[in-house]
Amino acid sequence: MTDVTVTLNGKPRRVADGVTLLDLLTQLDVQPSRVVIEHNREIRRRDDFAKTVVRAGDELELVYFVGGGSPTA
Amino acid sequence: MTLLDLLTQLDVQPSRVVIEHNREIRRRDDFAKTVVRAGDELELVYFVGGGSPTGDDPFVVGGRTLRSRLIHGTGKYASNDVLARCLTAAQPDMITVAIRRLNLEGGRSELEGIDLRRYTLLPNTAGATTADGAIRLARLARAAGFSDFIKVEVVGDEDTLLPDPQATLEATRQLVKEGFIVMPYTSDDVVQAIRLYEAGAAAVMPGAAPIGTTLGLQNLLNLELIVSKVKVPVIVDAGLGVPSEAARCLELGAAGVLVNTAIARAKNPPEMARAFAEAVVAGRRAFNAGRAHIGVKAVASSPAEGVPV
Repeated sequence: MTDVTVTLNGKPRRVADGVTLLDLLTQLDVQPSRVVIEHNREIRRRDDFAKTVVRAGDELELVYFVGGGSPTA
Repeated sequence: MTLLDLLTQLDVQPSRVVIEHNREIRRRDDFAKTVVRAGDELELVYFVGGGSPTGDDPFVVGGRTLRSRLIHGTGKYASNDVLARCLTAAQPDMITVAIRRLNLEGGRSELEGIDLRRYTLLPNTAGATTADGAIRLARLARAAGFSDFIKVEVVGDEDTLLPDPQATLEATRQLVKEGFIVMPYTSDDVVQAIRLYEAGAAAVMPGAAPIGTTLGLQNLLNLELIVSKVKVPVIVDAGLGVPSEAARCLELGAAGVLVNTAIARAKNPPEMARAFAEAVVAGRRAFNAGRAHIGVKAVASSPAEGVPV
């Protein structure tokens, strides 16, 4: 399997071509229940992480809740 | 049969009960004209012991009854432990959170160790400067699977962090359409508050003063006007400094307050959290009690006659 470059949270990152979102989370040590994934600007359902494949040039945003009140936080 | 008839049959005094009728709270004035039909669901509740933590009447936002009129921010705390102790002290129901990129290099979030399921989460769209940005953050927040509540915040000016009225309205309209329970942060502009209400906001959240300033309520009249014009809860957000200011907002008819900086940056945050929680109860109770008239002429409270001279 070859490596390709994707954009992960705004930064380039090398990942295996055809890796699934679930594999990627395992590699990153992120629990699927504690993340929301936007993949090429579309929100992916948790149930679909295992079957969603990442390709070269894809844009991924991995986000979750942090402490916050109002805009400055 | 009307609600009033029902109470008579049950030997319950109307003044001692709050009635939820098919998930809607009925005003006492309406008991006599509200008719009960087959299949209706009625909840008759009343307060016991030391009164309710919401000041003797329920605090309902977007169909959800909240246990406290203090909405607690979770940002800017010195540590997770301090935040956890504040939450224990204040016992809020609704807490605000922001949504951000995961820190993939490790490092802890303030929310680690906080059981988010214990609270009604109010994610915000902090960080957005456009309607589209706010809508995107709202959708991401909902995908986390906690609630449909969203606090719309669209900053229109980087120095004052005051909201962009046009973009806030636009985002509110769209998110209401998508089924969110929208609680927009707004300036204290009365007409903007009315527009947000008309757009379907579940509550409007005027700022007391610019965020993080702790300057307290700057425009008392506008708050009163907003409360009088908007038929959803008015929750004062941003700029409060001390509990008396929160109480003041509630006395004027605000349904609740959101506090972050004033607690997080107090010398003793858990004690300040508790003080705010107590202040909103006092403020609401005072509002329900109805203030005495204001007069410029002094009127003695003691008998004028029988003074030994």
